[in-house]
Amino acid sequence: MSNVPVNNGRRRFLTAATAVVGGVGVVGAAVPFIASWNPSARAKAAGAPVEVNVGKIQPGQLIRAEWRGKPVYVVRRTEKTVSALAKHDDQLRDPNSEKAQQPDYATNAHRSIKPEFMVALGVCTHLGCAPTHHGDDFDQFVDGVPSGFFCPCHGSKFDMAGRVFQGVPAPLNLVVPEHSFINDDTLLIGVSSDTSKGDA
Amino acid sequence: MLMKLFTDFMGWIDKRLPVTDAWNKHLAQYPAPKNFNFWYFFGSLAMLVLVNQILTGIWLTMNYEPSGDGAFASIEYIMRDVDYGWLLRYMHSTGASAFFVVVYLHMMRGLMYGSYQKPRELLWIFGMLIYLVLMAEAFMGYLLPWGNMSFWGAQVIISLFGAIPIIGEDLTIWIKGDYVISGATLNRFFALHVIALPLVLVILVFLHILALHEVGSNNPEGVETKKPKGSVKPEELSKFKFHESYTKKYDIVDSIPFHPYYSVKDIMGVAGFLILFCWVMFFFPEGGGYFIEAPNFTPANALQTPEHIAPVWYFGPFYTILRVVPDKLGGMLLMFAAIGMLFALPWFDRGTVKSVRFRSKWHLANLIQFSVCFIVLGALGTMPASPTANLIGVITTCGYFGFFISLWFYSKNENTKPVPERVSH
Amino acid sequence: MKKLILAFAFSIVALAPLSVIAAGPSVPVDKANNDLSDKESLKKGFKTYINYCLGCHQLQYQRYNRTFTDLGIEEADGIENYMYTGEKPGDHITNTMPAKEAAKWFGSTPPDLTLEARLRSPDWIYTYLRSFHIDEARPFGVNNTVFKDVGMPHVLQDLQGVSTIDEQGNLSPAMGGSLTAEEYDEVVRDLTNFLEYVGEPNKLERKSLGYWVLAFLLFFFIISYFLKKEYWKDIH
Repeated sequence: MSNVPVNNGRRRFLTAATAVVGGVGVVGAAVPFIASWNPSARAKAAGAPVEVNVGKIQPGQLIRAEWRGKPVYVVRRTEKTVSALAKHDDQLRDPNSEKAQQPDYATNAHRSIKPEFMVALGVCTHLGCAPTHHGDDFDQFVDGVPSGFFCPCHGSKFDMAGRVFQGVPAPLNLVVPEHSFINDDTLLIGVSSDTSKGDA
Repeated sequence: MLMKLFTDFMGWIDKRLPVTDAWNKHLAQYPAPKNFNFWYFFGSLAMLVLVNQILTGIWLTMNYEPSGDGAFASIEYIMRDVDYGWLLRYMHSTGASAFFVVVYLHMMRGLMYGSYQKPRELLWIFGMLIYLVLMAEAFMGYLLPWGNMSFWGAQVIISLFGAIPIIGEDLTIWIKGDYVISGATLNRFFALHVIALPLVLVILVFLHILALHEVGSNNPEGVETKKPKGSVKPEELSKFKFHESYTKKYDIVDSIPFHPYYSVKDIMGVAGFLILFCWVMFFFPEGGGYFIEAPNFTPANALQTPEHIAPVWYFGPFYTILRVVPDKLGGMLLMFAAIGMLFALPWFDRGTVKSVRFRSKWHLANLIQFSVCFIVLGALGTMPASPTANLIGVITTCGYFGFFISLWFYSKNENTKPVPERVSH
Repeated sequence: MKKLILAFAFSIVALAPLSVIAAGPSVPVDKANNDLSDKESLKKGFKTYINYCLGCHQLQYQRYNRTFTDLGIEEADGIENYMYTGEKPGDHITNTMPAKEAAKWFGSTPPDLTLEARLRSPDWIYTYLRSFHIDEARPFGVNNTVFKDVGMPHVLQDLQGVSTIDEQGNLSPAMGGSLTAEEYDEVVRDLTNFLEYVGEPNKLERKSLGYWVLAFLLFFFIISYFLKKEYWKDIH
């Protein structure tokens, strides 16, 4: 681009060296600008783990907690509900929870640590609406299944382990967040039961 | 193969927008005198600092809260909770002071080498307008942290306008948007500081550079490097190719294309500047209490005045001139006159020899005394009032105004040395 | 050019006498000599703060978990030994003192201390906490040579004991405290250290980053200098 009469290999080397070192400097200078977009300490604090007292929940009852701005459904399932979970695997998209929507310790038949308690995000995996809990009249949506979740936005259906039925818009099972039990009555959402991990 | 791709691409662009021509006219074939010295770094450095202020300013706006209730806390949020927020904050606050250091040195160059003389008067005017807008920009920016010095500094400066007869009191209320400095004032200063004035500044800088390129740069000898067409022997002309918009009007001597020579030199200048800038920013960002003033570490409090209210250091000279006059209106008028003198400099200087190198020893002495007075005025501006300070303030104010007045007198028939035809370095 | 350098040198010299009339600290203060890299000192200062100061003075911009990380305190240990207010580790260090009532009790609301070290300087805090003396005329029976008619009682009195002042305003050595003068000094130094840290938690990171950046820039300057010299061989 210059109209300089003399041209030189040394010139090219020095230009390249300056450009490379300068480039490193520019990348270094960009770090604070890009890093400042990460969640701040305030955002992380707001997303801190949440304790839920589950001792008072009645069998069959659902309570809503909030974690990281999202609703968490905690249901105390009856023994009948838990044993009924095995009966409709053929109607589910992902009965064995093969897709990674839950931590390893919840990759089981009841998708939780204790069969008694379901812990899942109340966020439909279709477009994010909050599905409604139907404790005993869910068979209006799926024949022979007494309880489950029905999403009013576009009609997606989930069972009492949060697994999605076939033939609905939602593609995946409800997300099970990292959680653990501090004691029999206290659920801690956001902290993994796998003690080798830190906070979720 | 890559070169052909590039050439074809540029060909497509150039037919629709003259990019290559602009590159040549303003960079690769732009004639700049070959004898630029250290004083010629500060223009490009000012542009670097402007870019820094805009980039860091935008990023700060992402987390800053422009309200009376939230502003102070949002600064601490940026300093503590946002990753590298502290670095962005310090880049911006150090940059503000660096801007004025660079701009003052840039103006000093103009003074020494007569870069304000014909045909560069408009260039100088644009520069002075940039300086004025920069001062307003810095003043408004300083209110935004909503610290106690922010509040009281603004209180003092805005109340100056109250000295204007008849409309003064209403004017200060109109500026504040309230009966006291409050969230209303903060919000409008935020809008002006973040959007309005930066736009004005960028436009003025663009015009400043356009005006420069029209007449060409001056140089430390004050020798014109654009001679009348046909007056120079072909073997004396600069051997570089310059853009025809210049060569068809002038015979160009002692000049080199800005790119690559001054681009390469300015990169070195940037590196040197950044060393000084980063040394300050990383090791004493508070600037000894002059860049970030201590009272600003407590929120704005209308009921508690800091022990000593001072504007930020770069306003020092004009603040001293203001305080030297016991009358409020008189002080304000003298302060504006001080800035006005600078605007009118091209007309105060009735001489035609540009550079101090070929002017009388009186002019050199005058420049030295002006610089010393300016620096002392600045220092006094940061100090509390006292009889001694006031006396020195009066003397240096006389020195300041004396520069322009005496210049007007001696420049008409000044005992100058003969100016060479060609640059010798 | 040489003359202009002389002029600048002269003006620096001319500025020197101005420092006499420049604003200095209004009260002479002792040097704290604290060391921000001494984490043990910071932990002790943190403890002292929680035990003696937090009741009235908040640190509303500083979070517990940040303090734990920076000082090398395990979160479980931190929750156990440094948190008594029922807050979560991610929360700011606040108290429940009602501001209006506090203003009535003390004359003015006890200020938040997060930025106190930047507002006053660590040396000031170090001196202030060692300058309380008996003054029967004051509501809490004490005054302070560094902060005249301060509304704060001498909270650390059980540690330091009590001082008196003579007619010239000189403080007598404190008597009757549970700590010796050296031990009390150490407590105050640690507390000052902690407050300096809280004022700007990033300070050490800032400086260490600074060394790297300056080293890089020096390297870049040298390379760009050679580039400039090479191209400028063309110019005579």
